Amino acid sequence: MNQNNQSAEIIKKIQSSTRRGNLITYGIVLAAYIVMQSLVSTGHISSLLKGLLVPVCVYVIAAVSLNLVVGISGELSLGHAGFMCVGAYASSFFTNAYGDGLPNWFRLILAIIVGAAAAGLFGILIGVPVLRLKGDYLAIVTLAFGEIIKNLINVLYAGVDSNGIHISTKSAMDLNMGPDGKQIIKGALGISGTPRLSTFTAGVVLIIITLFIVQNLMNSRAGRAIMSTRDNRIAAESIGIPVTKYKLLAFAVSAALAGAAGVLYSHNLASLSTAKFDYNTSILVLVFVVLGGIGNIRGSIIAAVILTVLPEMLRGLSAYRMLIYAVILIAMMLFNWAPAAISWRERMMERLPFGRKKRTGEED
Amino acid sequence: MAMLEVSRLSISFGGLHAVDDFNVTIEKGQLYGLIGPNGAGKTTVFNLLTGVYKPNEGIVRLDGVDITGKNTVEVNRLGIARTFQNIRLFKDMPVLDNVKVGFHNQKSYSVLTGILKLPKYHRTENEMNQKAMEILDVFGLASEAAVKAGNLPYGKQRKLEIARALATDPKLLLLDEPAAGMNPNETAELMDTIRFVRDHFDMTILLIEHDMKLVAGICEKLTVLNFGRVLCQGETSEVLSDPAVITAYLGE
Amino acid sequence: MSFITYLKDGISLGAVYAIIALGYTMVYGIAKMLNFAHGDVIMVGAYVALMMLTKTGAPPIAAVLVSMAACTLLGITIEMVAYRPLRKASSSLAVLITAIGVSYLLQNLALLIFGAGGKTFVNVVSFPSVSLADGQLNISGTTIVTILVSVIIMVSLTLFVNKTKPGHAMLAVSEDRDAAQLMGVNVNATISLTFAIGSGLAAVAGVLLCSAYPIVSPYTGAMPGIKAFTAAVFGGIGSIPGAMLGGILLGVIEVLGKAYISTQVADAIVFGVLIVVLLVKPSGLFGKNIQEKV
Repeated sequence: MNQNNQSAEIIKKIQSSTRRGNLITYGIVLAAYIVMQSLVSTGHISSLLKGLLVPVCVYVIAAVSLNLVVGISGELSLGHAGFMCVGAYASSFFTNAYGDGLPNWFRLILAIIVGAAAAGLFGILIGVPVLRLKGDYLAIVTLAFGEIIKNLINVLYAGVDSNGIHISTKSAMDLNMGPDGKQIIKGALGISGTPRLSTFTAGVVLIIITLFIVQNLMNSRAGRAIMSTRDNRIAAESIGIPVTKYKLLAFAVSAALAGAAGVLYSHNLASLSTAKFDYNTSILVLVFVVLGGIGNIRGSIIAAVILTVLPEMLRGLSAYRMLIYAVILIAMMLFNWAPAAISWRERMMERLPFGRKKRTGEED
Repeated sequence: MAMLEVSRLSISFGGLHAVDDFNVTIEKGQLYGLIGPNGAGKTTVFNLLTGVYKPNEGIVRLDGVDITGKNTVEVNRLGIARTFQNIRLFKDMPVLDNVKVGFHNQKSYSVLTGILKLPKYHRTENEMNQKAMEILDVFGLASEAAVKAGNLPYGKQRKLEIARALATDPKLLLLDEPAAGMNPNETAELMDTIRFVRDHFDMTILLIEHDMKLVAGICEKLTVLNFGRVLCQGETSEVLSDPAVITAYLGE
Repeated sequence: MSFITYLKDGISLGAVYAIIALGYTMVYGIAKMLNFAHGDVIMVGAYVALMMLTKTGAPPIAAVLVSMAACTLLGITIEMVAYRPLRKASSSLAVLITAIGVSYLLQNLALLIFGAGGKTFVNVVSFPSVSLADGQLNISGTTIVTILVSVIIMVSLTLFVNKTKPGHAMLAVSEDRDAAQLMGVNVNATISLTFAIGSGLAAVAGVLLCSAYPIVSPYTGAMPGIKAFTAAVFGGIGSIPGAMLGGILLGVIEVLGKAYISTQVADAIVFGVLIVVLLVKPSGLFGKNIQEKV
């Protein structure tokens, strides 16, 4: 019986440490929200920073969702912006076509549902064929899909009239809409006139929901299956885990959340075009994930916030700012990842009188 | 009825007969050894049994069910679990989760139940935790449940792999060189553990091993493989004293 | 324009992609890293050549040689400073992100020095054009030189890798880095050499690309870089003839797609073909399919 008690004790310890970790992450987000919100309400915030509040939320959600694929499922994806693009366009179309007269918060919720569902659907459609590929091959194919999505949306025309939705890939004239028709997606010109429904509060709520989904998923049966396929695909199969199914699950959930980030983005701007959703954005989000620590959700959040705000903070340095950004990025990567730098850091830590002991394997 | 019945199992890679006309019958509850010199095709037999490779010929029956040509995931669901010669743990996951993920097809709840942490989630997780700790306890790993699997010492990693395989509730357990890299003390302890697993879980076990002390100590029957073919099979003591086996091991 | 003309333009563009892809495929095959900054080395090569031509009035061949030397040096430096410390990092993503950082760095350095606007490139090729089929098909000197140069590079690279000692060292490192080290191959030097060759080729590609499409800007290299990587994957990464064939096919598909389908979706077609090829043949046209041993 003593043994049983001991076991229960160990389980309890593991559970409470996971719970504590999750709560700290929620706590950081809420604390940041309260601080920023009180700065906004007392007017102690530059309009520049104020304008960044929603984009920061967009990138945080994008980074956390990409970490689900890169960190938790262990697959390199360079097409994340493509899913954001799908979410942004699908939801903006929906908001412009329907929903006039409904309360704003309800319109935003509907938009998020539409955008996330559309992006999730694309995640499945793309994931089914490409998840058979591995490593850098998967990376280049996801990059390719991201560019394809962008290219195709660029030639997409869509509108709505009393007969329903009209779609063309040629021109606005080819939509053949009735006299009451309203053209919404205008090819390379994108969508304009979307009501600005996104708010900082909505962004933070969406971050919390994203964290809730990702963190709970990680601690569940499906999450363990996903991580097992990351750590050792062959062993996972040997214990009866259908690898592709769980890779696909991670990919689709990640795509849906990226779509939600896209909704937040598109409902924060009066006009939407595909330019913002090219591979550079996918790469940027990947930078957040890697810099914050692969598989480390809290790290993704912090990296996304810092690297979104940093270039704007450096704006005073005008021409030099992106240069400095690049140098900082390289230096941080070397400092965080180079084995030589890591062992140097550990030696320094040990030398400090109250320094942390060398990390053992228990948790992280 | 036999637990495992293999007949005429063959596979060749580019003209090379890696396994040729392999036959074996293992009764329920038996502790069976598969031995032979390096490169004899022992691991290939495991890969054929578990669906990693598809045989060119032959039939594999598990507890009367034909499992020939099924893929790895299906084979595990039908009741074969294995360990690997070069340890394959989920090294970034805690020891506890390495075992819990083995329950995947035994104890289940939906993805949504997991995300929303519905009552069924808590109920099932509690069951899993309890059962996993029981299994870990058998292998003396309970106190290290929170440690990352990759940080365990080598001998314990081998044991954890067996524990994970057992979590899938198999009918037949395949162990690929479980004593590789262990010192004599660890090997002796492992022999006790394997016997205990057989008795406690009422398990049928087929193992590949080079350590003759272990083989002679715990296996009831043996099959000797040489150049992909069965050289000899039967009771352990008879097989080990067969001159052909001695020649195969020591050379001419 | 006729189909043949488009085909010719496609092969010419494809030859440039092929030269870039050769650099990509060598670096990938030997250093096992996706060097995202490779495309930006092209841009640096083009700027250096342009400066040589306009500021010093150097003859074209000297400009090309100086540009190659500069890029070679740049490639070696980048590898030593930014990539080598991460070679044994716990995740291969670390070096990928650092490469992205280097790419940003090069682009923004160019932005700072040369400004955002494109500069008109001076064609370095003074080769006469050829008229075929009663003047219906006109092949410009640039096209002829581009195709010739790419073929020469491919042949000499193949010979270099297969016939020389440093070439064998490259093969050994690409096969198994640790084993090569144990056999006495200087891995650091071999990887440096690979970067040197790849970057030197990037300079050539930069000059040829900008001779055919005579504008150079800080972002000139980005898209061709991505396309060339696509070409390398398409042909089977690590394979020299694969990179060549992949590059040419990609160029042809792009030009034909622009001509016959739509300018806006030409890139989508290129990437679409890549996806189809990879789904049918997951390791590319000439790639080796390596299965993990159980």
